[in-house]
Amino acid sequence: MALLSIYGLSVRLPGRARRPILDGVDLTVEAGEIVGLVGESGSGKSVTARAVLGLTPSGSEVAGRVLVGNVDVGSAAPAQLRTLRSSTVSMVFQDPRAGINPMRTVGDFMTESLRLNRGWSKGAATERAVELLAAVGMPDPPRHLRQHPHELSGGMLQRVMIAAALSTEPALLLCDEPTTALDVTTQAEILAILTRQQAQRGMGMLFITHDLDLASAVCTRVYVMYAGRVVEAAPAHRLFSEPRHPYTVGLLASTPDIHGAQERLVPIPGTPLGLLEDPPGCAFAARCPLAVPDPCLSLRPGLEPVTGSAGHEVACPRAQLSTGDLVRLGSLEEGRP
Amino acid sequence: MSVAIETPRVGRLGAVRDFGGSWLFWTCVTILIGFVLIALFAPVLAPYDPNATDLSNALSGPSLQHLLGTDESGRDTLSRVMFGARTSLVGPLFVVVLSTVFGIVVGLLAGWRGGWVDLVLSRVLDILFAFPGLLLAILVVALFGKGMTAPVVAMSVAYLPFVARLTRSLVVQGKTQPYVAAYRVQGFGPTYTATRRLLPNVSSTVLAQSTLNFGYALLDLAALSFLGLGVQPPTPDWGAMVEQGRGAVLSGQPMSAIAPAVAIVVVVVAFNVVGEEIGDRIARRER
Amino acid sequence: MSLDGAGVAPPRTATFVVWRLLGLMLTLLVTSFLVFASLYVVPGSPIDFLIQGRSPSPATIAAIKKQYGLDQPFLVQYVHWLAGVLHGNFGRSLEYRENVSTLIASRLPTTFSLVLLSAVIILVVGLGAGILGALRAGRSSDKAVLVVVTFFAAIPSFAAAIVLISFFSVRLGLFPTFGAGQGPVDRLYHLTLPAIALSLTFIALVARITRSSMLDVLSREHVEVALSRGLARRTVVRRHVLRNAGGPILTISGLLVAGLLVSSAVVETAFGLDGIGSLLVASVDKLDFPVVQALVLLVVAAFVIINFVVDLAYPLIDPRVKAGDAAR
Repeated sequence: MALLSIYGLSVRLPGRARRPILDGVDLTVEAGEIVGLVGESGSGKSVTARAVLGLTPSGSEVAGRVLVGNVDVGSAAPAQLRTLRSSTVSMVFQDPRAGINPMRTVGDFMTESLRLNRGWSKGAATERAVELLAAVGMPDPPRHLRQHPHELSGGMLQRVMIAAALSTEPALLLCDEPTTALDVTTQAEILAILTRQQAQRGMGMLFITHDLDLASAVCTRVYVMYAGRVVEAAPAHRLFSEPRHPYTVGLLASTPDIHGAQERLVPIPGTPLGLLEDPPGCAFAARCPLAVPDPCLSLRPGLEPVTGSAGHEVACPRAQLSTGDLVRLGSLEEGRP
Repeated sequence: MSVAIETPRVGRLGAVRDFGGSWLFWTCVTILIGFVLIALFAPVLAPYDPNATDLSNALSGPSLQHLLGTDESGRDTLSRVMFGARTSLVGPLFVVVLSTVFGIVVGLLAGWRGGWVDLVLSRVLDILFAFPGLLLAILVVALFGKGMTAPVVAMSVAYLPFVARLTRSLVVQGKTQPYVAAYRVQGFGPTYTATRRLLPNVSSTVLAQSTLNFGYALLDLAALSFLGLGVQPPTPDWGAMVEQGRGAVLSGQPMSAIAPAVAIVVVVVAFNVVGEEIGDRIARRER
Repeated sequence: MSLDGAGVAPPRTATFVVWRLLGLMLTLLVTSFLVFASLYVVPGSPIDFLIQGRSPSPATIAAIKKQYGLDQPFLVQYVHWLAGVLHGNFGRSLEYRENVSTLIASRLPTTFSLVLLSAVIILVVGLGAGILGALRAGRSSDKAVLVVVTFFAAIPSFAAAIVLISFFSVRLGLFPTFGAGQGPVDRLYHLTLPAIALSLTFIALVARITRSSMLDVLSREHVEVALSRGLARRTVVRRHVLRNAGGPILTISGLLVAGLLVSSAVVETAFGLDGIGSLLVASVDKLDFPVVQALVLLVVAAFVIINFVVDLAYPLIDPRVKAGDAAR
């Protein structure tokens, strides 16, 4: 039984949206593995994470199943859901300055869950908070606990956020763009903390980011999302050596490679799909160099396994083309691994 | 997480077209237009002369001859309410117009010029903020005697700082916008840029806010007349009528006091509903 | 950014408070000057203005001249007057032949009780309605709150007074129609209808601001984060919404008190209460300018001082704000 199993998750926002923000997402995370979820803003990755906690936007329609262990999040009773949130699953949010109440102390934030959900005494909770802050590398935990969020830098606040998420010893850790709001040096530090904690505690981790390179550094498996759908899923190294979906290929081609020779960056033409657009076929067809009217514009592609590549699935009827064909069609740069 | 939802572009008139099916909004607009018409055409519409006394018929309840009954002097309440619309609506109108015009001028000066001008003007505004409208009106009546002119001026002065402060902060924000610099670089003078280019862009927000002052001004001026310090008898005025009707209330025939009170509430509610809806639309458009 | 944190602000707070205090003094000085100088704005001479409508004896006229120092230069008069005011001497009432300060002091308790009772009603009902509306936004209870609030905002205190008197006093005979009563319980009984009449517009204001502030805070990420940690919704509202939403309410509290003081004039007149509001109106009516001057000055000063205190109170609820920074 997987730690996290998502089957056919669809979320439709209230209002004028013409297509659901999540459209039939399938995803699994096993205990102890780091799974990446990559996509542009608007691809629905954050909504997916929130759905795991049962925190979909109010008024939205949710279909499909989200199972954490054997608990069905969608049909869980409120008390069950709260237990899930307070013991099994924790989330590290993107912007710690927005996520921590500015009017309360860091100590209050750190000990809140332990005191209110588990009835710990203030002393015991503070002790644990000090331990955790030390584990994430804060230099002076007792002092920091007394401070307010505005007195700490973004990097430190994100450590606090992580420490707080770990305080409940979750089996599953969701990280929603945990480093996006930080500068590059701090990013590296935070990533190191996350990976170390994950290894030490054997947690399953869902790592959400828009940065493909980041995902490659951290994750064992990666899902690529576009317009609310999973378009490719593969072991990390396979995704980067043999991307199959034109979107993934485009993403790789459009990010600069700090190590290799400076090649021409090729941006993906067009703009991401808005919520008012609902094409009948493949969501990426309008921007895809490989698209042909049939089946791309008319038929919605499902995830199919890639021949010769274990654990690799792609939602693209044109993806079975060989690497040579892809180069010829201009989708791949010659010589790029 | 950004979600690419397209907002339809609407022009100024488009905003009006956009209101569509809000029955509450349109009902209130109709009510307001109704009252304006009543005020304008009172001499034609009113069944009786509002000052015609008839002591034999005093304090009669609603009947077929007098739809809203009569007051303690036998004057027809309905006619008095209709004529009362004139004084009750005109005063606030002047207050809003005066406070808006001068408030925008002051706010524009302070925000655009900055420096000393801003410092001095802001201090002046701070002082003005310390005087609540009704209080200033009472002081002015104490100095210049009862009536409507002095209170209207006093209230315009009391409301001015709110308009000025809003204008100032919008101008301060607006003048850092690239398009303003673009105009200056092309050689347009500061006065031209400020008044013909920047001001129209902030004015709709300011106007929306300051029309809401109409309701407050109406309430304050009516209160003043209730206290006997504003409109003087025998001129009908809703606030004064409520005061005059107090004796009638104690005698158990409250209609001559309640009718004008209801008129006040209805007009202010209608105005607030309309004003807030328009303000909302403008704010959303400029987002 | 160093690992040592962003750093707390150095003790600018003390200097800022002093600076603001000076600003307060300046404002009080200017407003007192304006109130004093208003005597000279009228056409004609001040002494003619002061004795209008009366025929006082020459001795009385001399006393009035002395009280205002009318035979001295303008600024000297002002200083003289201001010195008197700071000692609690507001001169003598032209109508009542007693010291203005005694007159005001005798009528202050009624107004104080009225305003206090109203404030309690406003806070309880206004905050309650605002919180209820925000927590049930969009549902029927919220819509009901919004409708009621829209009406309350449009009901002037004198209209409410008339309706309340007409219904509860005359028709139902439940409450007295006038007077402030004797003794605490009787006073409460007498002040109930006036307090309700006074409160309505302000209940609407407080409810609206509370509701919109709470809705704003409810949409913020720290609330979502708290929910994601398994806290009950009620707990989250209590710990992460209420205090965060308090700012705007604090901002208008100054306006609230000023509005209550000024509107008390209307309510006290409508209900025949002997407070300073009705004193103000009566004094204007009877051309008793020294009393008018004193009362206007007192109300304005109270307003300015309360706003100043409110400004200082900001850091108590929001640790990010240094005293005086508060957004207006």
